Amino acid sequence: MVKEKHDVDVLEKCPTGIRGLDEITKGGLPRGRPTLICGSAGSGKTLLAMEFLMRGAMDYGEPGVFMTFEETPEDLAKNFISLGFDLPDMVSRGLIAMDHVYIERNEVEETGEYDLEGLFIRLGNAIDSIGARRVVLDTIEAIFSALSNAAILRAELRRLFHWLKDRGVTAIVTGERGDQTLTRYGLEEYVADCVILLDFRIEDQISTRRLRIVKYRGSSHGSDEYPFLIDDRGVSILPISSLGLDYPVSTERISTGVPKLDAMLDGKGFYRGSTILVSGTAGTGKTSLSATFADAACLRGERCLYFAFEESPRQIIRNMGSIGIDLARWVKKGLLKFHSARPSLYGLEMHLVTFHKAIEEFKPGVFIVDPISNLIAAGTASAVKSILTRLIDYLKMNEISTFLTDLTHFGGSLERTSEEISSLIDTWILLRDIELKGERNRGLYILKSRGMAHSNQIQEFLLTNQGTDLIDIYTGSGEALTGSARAAQEAEEKASELARLHEADRRFREQERKRKALEAKIAALRAEFDAESEELNLMAEEERKRRALLAEDRSKMAHLRKGEPSAVRQSARKRKGKGD
Amino acid sequence: MKAISPGKGKKAKTDSTEEIWNLRLYVAGQTPKSITAFANLKKICEEYLAGKYRIEVIDLLKNPQLAKGDQIIAIPTLVRKLPEPLKKIIGDLANTERVLVGLDIRSVSG
Repeated sequence: MVKEKHDVDVLEKCPTGIRGLDEITKGGLPRGRPTLICGSAGSGKTLLAMEFLMRGAMDYGEPGVFMTFEETPEDLAKNFISLGFDLPDMVSRGLIAMDHVYIERNEVEETGEYDLEGLFIRLGNAIDSIGARRVVLDTIEAIFSALSNAAILRAELRRLFHWLKDRGVTAIVTGERGDQTLTRYGLEEYVADCVILLDFRIEDQISTRRLRIVKYRGSSHGSDEYPFLIDDRGVSILPISSLGLDYPVSTERISTGVPKLDAMLDGKGFYRGSTILVSGTAGTGKTSLSATFADAACLRGERCLYFAFEESPRQIIRNMGSIGIDLARWVKKGLLKFHSARPSLYGLEMHLVTFHKAIEEFKPGVFIVDPISNLIAAGTASAVKSILTRLIDYLKMNEISTFLTDLTHFGGSLERTSEEISSLIDTWILLRDIELKGERNRGLYILKSRGMAHSNQIQEFLLTNQGTDLIDIYTGSGEALTGSARAAQEAEEKASELARLHEADRRFREQERKRKALEAKIAALRAEFDAESEELNLMAEEERKRRALLAEDRSKMAHLRKGEPSAVRQSARKRKGKGD
Repeated sequence: MKAISPGKGKKAKTDSTEEIWNLRLYVAGQTPKSITAFANLKKICEEYLAGKYRIEVIDLLKNPQLAKGDQIIAIPTLVRKLPEPLKKIIGDLANTERVLVGLDIRSVSG
């Protein structure tokens, strides 16, 4: 808190307007103080200094003085017109004042005491002529080779830096890099406020420019080496504003372009702004999956930036046409933009600076790199990780969905990338070959997907002329089958299924027949039984009739005998019955 | 004789351009160094270039824009405008020997 307040109150900063530099320096160079920029020949000192002046004059309304000790104003003007700065025009408009300090060693003789008041007067005159707020001295060390009295020169340089501070101008002083020291003549002793070192290194025949803030008194600053790029728009330094984990997150889901894959990802697809990695060996369909994703993004009306490191845009468009994906229409509509370059064209850092630039210009919703593996090979593991972290943080900060593909090698572990970047990846899809029964087929599965309940199944990945699709792999009878083996297995299963169905049918009919036979039997028995019952009934009726007849006969007889008691009559009847 | 006369003629020609030594002394205000330099210069000129020199003192505090023209960074600076080629001597001119060498005066007198 205290320090921050200190920064605001005491150390006012002067924005450079140079892409990335203001982020690293947290606002710019110290206002009203000199800054030393040192570096070897050709490292971009003059250009950085000049852009500082140009941006100041054009964007911040601060005119500047450029005092050159080496190049002539004509040469400088030529150099800067190639970067889009019209120096003579700016000079004529009173935005820039040029002064070329030129000392020919062999026409100068030194004798006795002197000082550099002439230089001060010239500089002061130039500053006053346009009301300059910024000053560049490039490269003031040249006076050491022109004049020989080093003691006087040192004293005068010290005075010069004090004088610059008194004038309240924000100054850049450039210095040539020395063997052991930052500058050949130890300028860093005098410029104590801010020292920036530029470096130009060649590793594996690839040159990379790097910038480092050696010192920035009274301010915090990025302390790493930052790669930077000089192109037709001046200097761009890889920004680091995104270093952090406080980026916004979205709950919005976006389609992968493959409905079945969406289904595997919780039924909804990727999260917007997440980082997706697809790894697989050659020919597993990484580019096809990328193109499908790009196509889906464009269908939603999003802009898509596609970095291709293996194929030319035209080749990708042609090849994807063969699987039914028409990318050309999106290019024509301006929704899809290809960037194609050989990875070996320049170093990893340079590629990443290019990414940043392209992203800033195109402002895509979806960013595809196909593949990143070649880039990974361009740097050491730790460098790759730190730089990719920065890139991914930057992309996340801007809610750009990132789709990276990674070519893994045959025989190598499919999860080879894990150590380097796995922690940065939100959704990791693996494409792999499944070799079985003389066939090679593509399998797809989701290794991880943060924040969703994703499928754990291996799916067969198909490239058809209608696009990409997934189908379930055959997983019955304890083994996974793909391709024609899967088809054969399925056919076989279908046949046996049919046979089983027929068998069941047959049994059912048999049963029916049996039932019918049984029923017939039952009917016959019942008929027999009915017939018997009928007969029995008839017999019973006959008997009843006979008995009735008999009783009638008896009563008739009793009537004839008269007066016989009933008991006697009964026993008599019994006897009579026995007697019958 | 024959050999000398063209030589003489040539010398006469160069003498005519060397007739007037046009010297310019750049100073910035009346500093001790400037005063010393002017005094030293005056003395040397009187001694070696009597009657054929002209000294112009330019005070850059009054005319700062003039510093650019002669590429002045150090003060005091003596510029030999004529005879050509242009020569510069910086410092307070305390070492007469070096001034004479610097201005190429010795060859003339000798």
